[in-house]
Amino acid sequence: MTPLGFTLIVLGISYVAGLLGSLVGVGGGIIVVPALTLLLGVSIQKAIAASIISVIATSSGAAASYVSERITNMRLGMVLEVATVAGALTGAYLAVVVSGRWLFMTFALVLFYTVWTMLRPKGHRIESAPDPMADRLALHGSFFDRSIGQQVDYRVSRTKLGFAVSYVAGVASGLLGIGGGVLKVPVMNLAMGIPIKVCTATSNFMIGVTAAASAAVYLMRGEVLPFVAAPVALGVMLGARTGARVMGGIPSGVIRVIFVVVLAVSAAQMLLKGLR
Amino acid sequence: MTSAPRDKHADIEDVISRVLWVGVTTSLILISAGTLLSFLQAGGYGGGHAEVARLTGTGGAFPRNMAWFVGGLVHANGQAVIVLGLLLLIATPVVRVAVSALAFARQRDRAYVAITLVVLALLGVSFALGNAG
Repeated sequence: MTPLGFTLIVLGISYVAGLLGSLVGVGGGIIVVPALTLLLGVSIQKAIAASIISVIATSSGAAASYVSERITNMRLGMVLEVATVAGALTGAYLAVVVSGRWLFMTFALVLFYTVWTMLRPKGHRIESAPDPMADRLALHGSFFDRSIGQQVDYRVSRTKLGFAVSYVAGVASGLLGIGGGVLKVPVMNLAMGIPIKVCTATSNFMIGVTAAASAAVYLMRGEVLPFVAAPVALGVMLGARTGARVMGGIPSGVIRVIFVVVLAVSAAQMLLKGLR
Repeated sequence: MTSAPRDKHADIEDVISRVLWVGVTTSLILISAGTLLSFLQAGGYGGGHAEVARLTGTGGAFPRNMAWFVGGLVHANGQAVIVLGLLLLIATPVVRVAVSALAFARQRDRAYVAITLVVLALLGVSFALGNAG
């Protein structure tokens, strides 16, 4: 393969990853890392470093529009960011001590978990509870829900739980080069009582900063190869933009099935690679 | 604690949205331009099949010291331009946090100034420690 061929293939794969990811509400990193390692033989550390760069681009791009539409709960985002960024630093450091085989196996685990979250029935919302911390930090919010055409007020519960889960999501992000929304969003929605649109918007808002922290570590360590990271960032970003534009025009059920199959196959492959 | 006056709050959101949009767009333009340059330049991506192994391999392929970076930028070296784009992309959320810290300071919201400064400090640590590691 020539450098041109490699660049075009990576661009193509990343574009599809960004497109599919945005259509089913998952970041592109979760497909890019398996594709780079399994199909193109890039080392998992370099693939993770390239992926985390693309995560900054897509989440910041999405966050820009969510913030201007006033859907993001910025105060909540900033509070939970303390945990995700601390987690990202932990994860980026763990990535040095952990061997490649463990990265493959941990990644497989997160892929299997993602498949499970996509297949399971929608979870039940846990009853809201008084939360003095949320009161003190003025985390409760409201947003205009376009689908029903009215302002929706909501109260935030269980901030401490959200903080703990955000830390774990940050570790996963820094260690594996993914956004970590898959871990945060269900907890924010079901346990903290936040409307799903606000969860997605606020999660994206946090992911940019989270990914920046670990990307800085990877960049300074020389793991970010311009040759790999550039087409990944461009491809995922363009794919995600296309996804946002065509959303609703495509039957999402079919895409979900394709996505679940791709993730499950990747998960099995990554696991095998780790065990071998 | 009462929340900030609505109109002021609105301004912050527009500023932050703009910072994110401009940062991401500019860095993607730099990354694209750098990639194109790399294909055109000698010593860039022009080589044959053996090149991919070198460019994706460990060590040697990507000099990461400051002298290489600055010199590369002066000569419009493709990979140096990509690195500039990557740095700008990483800096974008950091600038967003700094802007929010300023906004909270102007609202005299001490708790949130502290929270945003902690995030900024952690980001500073990531750059410093990454360099040492």
